Amino acid sequence: MLIKKRTGIEIPSSEITPQHLYLSRRQFMAGAAMATTAGLLAACGAGGSPEEANTAPVNSGNGGTAVSATTDELGDPLNTYDEITNYNNYYEFNTTKDGPARLAKDFPTAPWQVEVGGMVKNPKTYAMEDLLKFDQEERIYRLRCVEAWSMVIPWVGFPLAKLLNEVEPTADAKYVRFETIYDPDNMPGQRGRMFPWPYVEGLTVEEAMQDLTILSTGLYGETLLPQNGAPIRLVVPWKYGFKSIKAIVKIELVDYMPTSLWMESAPTEYGFYANVNPEVNHPRWSQATERRIGELGRRPTLLFNGYAEQVAHLYPDPKYDTNLKPRGS
Amino acid sequence: MTPITQRLSSIRKLDRKTTAQILRVSAHMLSLYALALLLFDYSRNNLGADPVREILLRTGEPALVLLILSLAVTPLTLLFGWKQLHPLRRIFGLYAFLYVALHLLTFIWLDYGLNLAYILDGILEQNFVLVGFAAFVLLLPLAITSNKWSQRKLGKKWKTLHKLVYIIIMLALIHFWWLVKNVYYMPFLYSAMVTVLLLLRWQPVKQKALRFQRWYRSR
Ligand code: HEM
Repeated sequence: MLIKKRTGIEIPSSEITPQHLYLSRRQFMAGAAMATTAGLLAACGAGGSPEEANTAPVNSGNGGTAVSATTDELGDPLNTYDEITNYNNYYEFNTTKDGPARLAKDFPTAPWQVEVGGMVKNPKTYAMEDLLKFDQEERIYRLRCVEAWSMVIPWVGFPLAKLLNEVEPTADAKYVRFETIYDPDNMPGQRGRMFPWPYVEGLTVEEAMQDLTILSTGLYGETLLPQNGAPIRLVVPWKYGFKSIKAIVKIELVDYMPTSLWMESAPTEYGFYANVNPEVNHPRWSQATERRIGELGRRPTLLFNGYAEQVAHLYPDPKYDTNLKPRGS
Repeated sequence: MTPITQRLSSIRKLDRKTTAQILRVSAHMLSLYALALLLFDYSRNNLGADPVREILLRTGEPALVLLILSLAVTPLTLLFGWKQLHPLRRIFGLYAFLYVALHLLTFIWLDYGLNLAYILDGILEQNFVLVGFAAFVLLLPLAITSNKWSQRKLGKKWKTLHKLVYIIIMLALIHFWWLVKNVYYMPFLYSAMVTVLLLLRWQPVKQKALRFQRWYRSR
């Protein structure tokens, strides 16, 4: 995959931890937490067994090397390509973590079109080739799942704002509604009645225009694999992972707050905004701490997943929008 | 008694002894199977990208299954008269405790890194963990008194104490229902099994079960 430009969040290069330092830091953390089970670290970091390596979908084979940095801007190491491509929540395939990698192997991602319409001046159906014409940048983001685990992922993609500027939302457009493909023949999970398929998500127009919000087409310099949402998915790093909808076929500008799949199927648990907030618990899971995949022990969760500086101004008060329904609604 | 009937009865006795032995050994092997498989997969580096969660799930589920197996013994003796199964209640119950203890250890150590503040938040702020923890606390006295000495010492009280298992299984099921995300097959399956096993202890059903046993034995 050709990355025309590499940008990330601006950070002084002095803050980027060199690889040998983060490695030893990782080992130290595990060692300190549990000296006698240090062996588990290998199980965490190294990822798959040889069998898995052989059967895993191979792109060009250099997954894990084509990145500009080895940590995020906070100095925390990237998760491995193996971890990112084998631990997925993707209920269109199944509800386990390792199932999507297996079941999505032959998911057809070409040809692919994304219909962009609704309250816009220039509605257009984009072929995947057109979308790849936007400058593809690397963005190293933390991904925080509402189940209280997290990863650091080097995405490749482009700001959603660029696409929206091309179609020009009208003044009445207040929200952006996204829809995943409905393809039960190739997505076994969609054959079940458990959820109101297809998956739907939404953002406010301001959130969609925020520079951190990207449409991703790859990771680790590779074309996105189906289990990660190929060929094109949303990434909104300050919100819980379920907001980052995968395999998008439709983007619509609307004047109403879209009802997401999770809002519809569990309205007492999921709201529209779903900003990462350690002080507001989901009814099942405390959001105070998180398990970084590949580490033992927990780390405290950061307000807006550590992106408060960039996005806090979008909201009247950090507690106003939660993973719960906005209060009073 | 003639020598022959004597011999026969001693064979039968030996038979009963071997049966008991075989049953015991099988119960131990069955109970240890999940742990052995977990250790094997760990040694092969085969626990996936999130080994901590994998270990949590693969200690939690056997714990629940073993609790259910322990509860299944009495109804099975009721239905088929297999009294030899009785000792298995204790074996399964103690292994259930072993898995719950490993489950809890995984939670506080591997997952929460022995950080007390995090652990307290993890238990108190997550209802499903809180009920799981309550189940563990109630299991403790049962595990401690699961020996002949305590049984003798406590007399009648022992039986009353061990009725706690009914509360424990309820808490364990609630734990499971509350932790799954919208896909309820497994908690449903286990709840259905427990419902059947509890129903068989209810007098009207119990009478029918005993009648079934008489028919079964007279075939
Ligand atoms: C009688 C006691 C308990 C039983 C029978 C039990 C059983 C289970 C079962 C069946 C699961 C789900 C496995 C699956 O989805 O395949 C589970 C998960 C879990 N249990 Fe327990 N448990 C008990 C006590 C506890 C205790 C004491 C704690 C912690 C203090 C705990 C914390 C957890 C956690 C964190 C999960 C994993 C949730 C997830 O990541 O999906 N449990 N348990």
